[in-house]
Order: sequence, then C-alpha cells, then structure tokens
Amino acid sequence: MSTMTDTNPTDVPQSILKSPKHWRNRIAGHHWRSGDEEFDAAKLGMWLFLTTEVLLFAGIFCGYAVFRMMYPEAWANGSHYLDWKFGALNTGVLLISSWTAANAVRCAQLDKQFWLRVNIIVTIACAALFIFIKLKFEYMVKLGQGKAPGTFFSYPHAHDAHEPLWWSLYYIGTGIHALHVVIGAALFGVVLYYAKRYQAYGPTQYTLVENAALYWHLVDLVWIFLFPLLYLIH
Amino acid sequence: MSTLDTHAGHHDEGSYLSGPPGIMAKIWQWATTVDHKKIGVMYLFAVLFMFFVGGTAALLVRYELIDPMRDVITQSVNADGDLVETTTSTGENLRDLFSGLGVAGDLTGTQIYNRAFTLHGAVMVFMFIVPSIPASLGNFFLPVMLGAKDVAFPRLNLLSWYIYLFGSAFGILSILMGGVETGWTFYTPYSTTTDADHWRVVLMVTAAFILGFSSILTGLNFVVTVHKLRAPGMGWFDMPLFIWAVYATSIIQVLATPVIGITLLLLIFERIMNIGIFDPAMGGDPVLYQHFFWFYSHPVVYVMILPAMGIISELLAIHARKHIFGYRAIAFSSLGIAGVSFLVWGHHIFTAMGELAAILFSGLTFLVAIPTAIKVFNWIATLYKGSIVLNTPMCYGLMFLFTFSIGGLTGLPLATLATDLHLHDSYYVVAHFHYVMMGGTVIAFMGGIHHWWPKMFGKMYNEPGALIGMGLVFIGFNVTFFTQFFLGTQGMPRRYANYVDEFQTLHQISTYGSWILGLGFLVHLAVFVHSLIAGEKAPANPWGGLTLEWECESPPIEHNFHHEPIVKHGPYDFETTVPPHWDPKDYPIHPDAGKAAH
Repeated sequence: MSTMTDTNPTDVPQSILKSPKHWRNRIAGHHWRSGDEEFDAAKLGMWLFLTTEVLLFAGIFCGYAVFRMMYPEAWANGSHYLDWKFGALNTGVLLISSWTAANAVRCAQLDKQFWLRVNIIVTIACAALFIFIKLKFEYMVKLGQGKAPGTFFSYPHAHDAHEPLWWSLYYIGTGIHALHVVIGAALFGVVLYYAKRYQAYGPTQYTLVENAALYWHLVDLVWIFLFPLLYLIH
Repeated sequence: MSTLDTHAGHHDEGSYLSGPPGIMAKIWQWATTVDHKKIGVMYLFAVLFMFFVGGTAALLVRYELIDPMRDVITQSVNADGDLVETTTSTGENLRDLFSGLGVAGDLTGTQIYNRAFTLHGAVMVFMFIVPSIPASLGNFFLPVMLGAKDVAFPRLNLLSWYIYLFGSAFGILSILMGGVETGWTFYTPYSTTTDADHWRVVLMVTAAFILGFSSILTGLNFVVTVHKLRAPGMGWFDMPLFIWAVYATSIIQVLATPVIGITLLLLIFERIMNIGIFDPAMGGDPVLYQHFFWFYSHPVVYVMILPAMGIISELLAIHARKHIFGYRAIAFSSLGIAGVSFLVWGHHIFTAMGELAAILFSGLTFLVAIPTAIKVFNWIATLYKGSIVLNTPMCYGLMFLFTFSIGGLTGLPLATLATDLHLHDSYYVVAHFHYVMMGGTVIAFMGGIHHWWPKMFGKMYNEPGALIGMGLVFIGFNVTFFTQFFLGTQGMPRRYANYVDEFQTLHQISTYGSWILGLGFLVHLAVFVHSLIAGEKAPANPWGGLTLEWECESPPIEHNFHHEPIVKHGPYDFETTVPPHWDPKDYPIHPDAGKAAH
C-alpha cells in the first residue's frame, strides 16, 4: 500500500487519538511481516471472492442464454414489458455510486475524513434509491399486473406460453443483484461507522474501504450486464 | 522493540493443545480460536464423524442388498378344503430392521433403501470428502509447511468452520425428519416432485448450498496463504508437493463452487415457488440442471482426489527416504488436472447431448488420464531403489498406488462412448467411483492421518494395531468393490434395491467385504483412541522428514515456530540433508547426508 503525501491531515479529536482502532495506531496481524503484506493479501482475497461472484451470476446468464435460444418469442416480448427508462435511471444511480465509492478510497488515502464520510453516505443513499426505484416502479407494478415468476404468473394478455420463464429469470437475476446491493450498502455502513467513530481509515490503513469499493464495483458491473440483456435487447 | 526480544518471548510458549484450566474455559477457547491448528483438528474430528455416519449408511445399503426382495406365495388347503394363498415378503431387510426399531412408519422397503443410499451419498460427498483433507490436514499443515504462523485470514477460517457446522446442521435436520430419496445429485424433476409437502429436500439442498460457502472460503484462504505467506527462501518450486496439490484444489473450489451455489438456489426456488426453470411442464429444461450440476460436481471430484495425491507425494518420498522423482512434473500435473477438470463435465450426461458434443467430451475426458498417469509413474520411480519402510503411512501409500490405479484405468472404458453405453448407470460405475474416491482419497487420508498423527497430537500410535487395521481395510475394500465391476459388466443397474437371483452371490460377497471394511475402520478407531489416552510421546521428527512441519515441536507451539524459519534445502533432499531433530535411534539416514549437494 503506497502512503500518500499528506499535506492536509484531518484534526484528530483527543478522544480517539490513542484508540487502537484509529488508523495511525492500527498494527498488522501477528502472522504478517508488515501491514503492506496484509493489505495485499486482503485485496487478493477480495479479488478471488469477486471471481466467485462472477461465476455465481454466470449461472443466471447461462440460463438466460439457453432459454433465449429455446424461446426467442417469449424473450422478445419479455423485454418489451420492461421500461428501459427505469433501467437507465438505475444504471445512472449505480454509476454515480461507483464514482463516490472510488472517491471514498481516495479520500481515505489522503486522510480527508469529512469527505470520506460524505462519499460513503452518497454511496449508501444511491443504493437505497436503486432499491426504491426497483421496488416501487418495477417489482410492485409488474407483480400487480400478474407478471410474476413461474406458476404465480397470471398476466392475462401474455402472447407466449413461456413468458413465465422470462419472469422467473428476471426476478431471480435482478433479485439476487438487489440482494448484493443491500449487502454492499451494509458493508459501507460498517465502514461509515468505523470512519465516524474512530477515524479508522487513513493513508496507511484503508483495507476495508478498498474492499468495500471493489465489491461495490462488482455490483455495478453485474448490473451493466443485466441492464442491456433484460431491457434493451429485443 | 528488537527482533531478539520477540523471539525470546516466544520461547516459553506452550503447545497449541495446552489451554486454560477448567473444561468450560477450554471449550470456549476452542470455540473461539482463530488458530489454524485447532480449527484443523476440529475439522478432523467432524469429518471423521461424518465418515462414520456415511459409512453406517453404506453398511445399511449393503445389508439390504444381501438378498433380493421377493414375494413368496404359499398355497395351502384349509379345513374347509379351500385353496388359500398367503404372501410373505422376504429380503426387505432394512424395513424389517427399522420396523424392529419402531421407526419404519408406513415406508416401503425400497423407499427406506433410497433414503439410505441418498444419506450415504450426500453425507459422504458434501460433509465428508469435500472438506476432508483440505479442511483438516490442509488447515493444520498448509501454513506450517509454508513456514507461516497462520493462514492469511484466520477469522475467515473460523467462519468457514462455523458455516460448515451450520450447513451440516441443516443436513442432519433433514435426515432426522426422515431423509430424502433423491440421490446426492438432486436430479430434477425427481427432486422437485418427490415428497411434495415436505421440507426435507429443501433442507438437504440448503445444507449443500451453505456447505459450498464453507468450501469457497477455505479455498480462498489457502490460495492467498500460498501466495503471500511462504517463508523467506521458499520459492514456488521449493514448496512441498502437498501444498501444490492443495493449491490446485483450492483454485477448483473457488471457481467451481459458486456454480453449484446458484444451481442449488434455483432448485430451492423451483421447489418453493415453482419458477419452472427446470420443469419441463412449464418449458423448463431438466437437462440444464444436469449441466449446471456437473459443471461443479465434476471438478469437485478433483477437489476430492488432488489433496490425496499431495499426501501420497509426501508419504512415498519420506518413508522411502528418497528424493521425489519429477518434482515439477508432479506439481504441474496437479495444475493440469485442475485445468482439465473444468472441460469434462459432459461425460456424466453423454446420452443427453448431441453426438458431436459427446465425442468432444469423450476426447477431453481422456486428457485427464495424462497428468494422472504422470503422477503415478513418478511415484513409482520415486520408490525405485528407495529405503522403503513398511509402516502404516507407507503401506497406505502403496495401497493407494494399487487401488487408485485400478480406479483410474477403469475410468477409461466409461469415457469411451461405445463401452459407456453398456456400462453407464451400472455397478461398474459404482465400483470405479469407489476405487477412485475410497481407494484414492480415503486411503490417502488414512495414510496422511497416521503420517501426521504424531505431529498433530504429540503421541505415537500403535504400529502393529494400525497395520492390522490397514490390512483389514485393504482386504475389505477390494472384496466389497472388485465384485461390483463384475456385477456392473453383467448388467446390474446402480441404485436398485432389488435384483435378479443370478446376482445374489456377487452381492453377498460384496456385503461380506463391507463388514470386513467396517471392522478395519473400527480397529483404526481403537488405535487412535488408545494413542490419545496412552500413546508414547512422539519425538519432533519421527520419520526424518525435511518439510518445515518437522522442525516444529510435536505438537507445535501456538505460533508454530520459535523463530521464523529460513528455507535452505528442498523438501525432499534426503541424500544431502540431516533431518531436523535427528535422533539416530529413530531411523538411519542416507550415508551422504550432511555433505553439501554442490
């Protein structure tokens, strides 16, 4: 981990100056030779974990591809039912949150504690907005019309017998993605708590901010694939 | 603080097994430990318990198959001169057994049989053999062999352990509620339609789903540990081959397990909410389930066998006091097997795909034989002109060469499309699978446990007792499973509770073999218990090993090493190196040892 030149350090309140959780006081785990090695390892571990996440979603994408090939009519109809404007809006929301997540890491590296918190709060707010749009304008409306997965499907004007399968994949794909949004937001909530309470992240210690941001970029990335596959391709 | 002070502080550390006084304090210490050695030992006892559970189910399966189920119709004439027919069922052994215990309910004999073999398969695969070697011996020895104080993420390691317990609890709950009949593969639509009003299938599938996370986190932890925590002086090609094998295993665990995660999740949704993905009635595709399932479950058989191959590399070199032959070939063949493992899943479902795809998968499957054979030939070359000591670990190593070679070679006819048409879904497959998994993994695991037992617990085991157990296991195993090759080629289908009379002799021999096998493991259990209670104190290096775990004390101290080890010799340089803690009365060493190689 490269230490940034710190020209404008944040004032540290006396109450947390000596706290072992403050970033200046954090020490590496007993089995590491240095904090740098610990940081590198944590980051490698996170990348491996993201690989597993990609493979998890790969199952859904694979299912999408198979059924698209088997039932092209149902799939074309399916994407017509979705309003690309809400999808695009949510894409914008996630892109902004990815930017603030990256900013949060930079602020931690520069010891700008106030802006670190602001960026995390904006990220969490974007996550909430994403979920709100998803639930209020998409899930609730669609379910109200009977566009539900599998045997719960009761939409009277379906054109193709296999549309329930489309909705199954839609809800599972976007649902598991939404779950990841919630988990990512919760992770940033933890970061925010430690940042506020202890100023736990700074130029020499920002592992959790970095890893939370990596996770968040993955959440963003998955949506970048889900959005065109579900909303744009007819 | 100077480094000298740190080292001085480490000198009065006790063994990792020594804990605070008081039983509750000890339990609390073990339950909250982040020490990889304690976690490894807890895993060891847990997987051995699961082996016992799955093994008991296997004995039940064999007990049912000792004779066929028959309805015997007896005709007699009663007092009024009428002809009376009485029907008696024979051969429903499990139902008779469970009725005697009062737990059979209104289940038929075949239903009980189906539950017994599903219980055997699910417990053995998900709760025993996948975590077996990596999570127990791997957890304990991977950091020590690398010269590290712990794995990269000790708290994550503890989390994997609790996820394992949590997942197993779901599985056990499902079993206690009556078990499932789906087979361990949970094939749709059978798994989505049986016992429609019961939650047992959902619980069992959830158990496998949760256990997958435990597997992923352990694998992830090991990959990072190997990358980041090797001792100074240890390059990639100075690592013991056990580490290479566990590393290759961990990569498969990380890459394959998420796919079974999403598959089982879809299956759970299918079961609870009828989403239709795998339901042909709604346009779903049950064969898609099989593709997803085997995309994980074929690589995972290499998760089961690769660490076993790593153990064999250690056992044969050390107990023959011979430098391993073809170090790099063995290391790269581990990675080669891991790579090829992702390309061969289709050979489980030849009949469910097009001809071209089947031919491609058949060809790719043959590729697995190449790295595997490279390993076997290298092991045999290692033994050549070695000073072979026929102790229990070595005997298990030799047994592995024998049984695993049979298992590997009998796989080739299954990869060949023409012969597979005849052999698939027959007892031939059962025999092949058990020769690889049991004759490979379990045998190597037993060898590894004996090899590292003195290091883990600081006690020697009783050698003659263990050799008797080993002999019984060898005889029992071969009697049980070799007969099944004949059953399979003659046409006995797998998973059937019943069969035609012609097969009875072979089935009986197989069942008698399973009893010898069970007896062998009971002897081993007795040897282990005896060792823990009254075993002789183990020296630090009873076998003359050169890998870093033999530089530790037996059992190791809390932080493994008094000083950070610096690696100056290869893991198998027996010809040129005096082993650490060498005591002439333990074993002789090579006459040239101590003379520098260059």
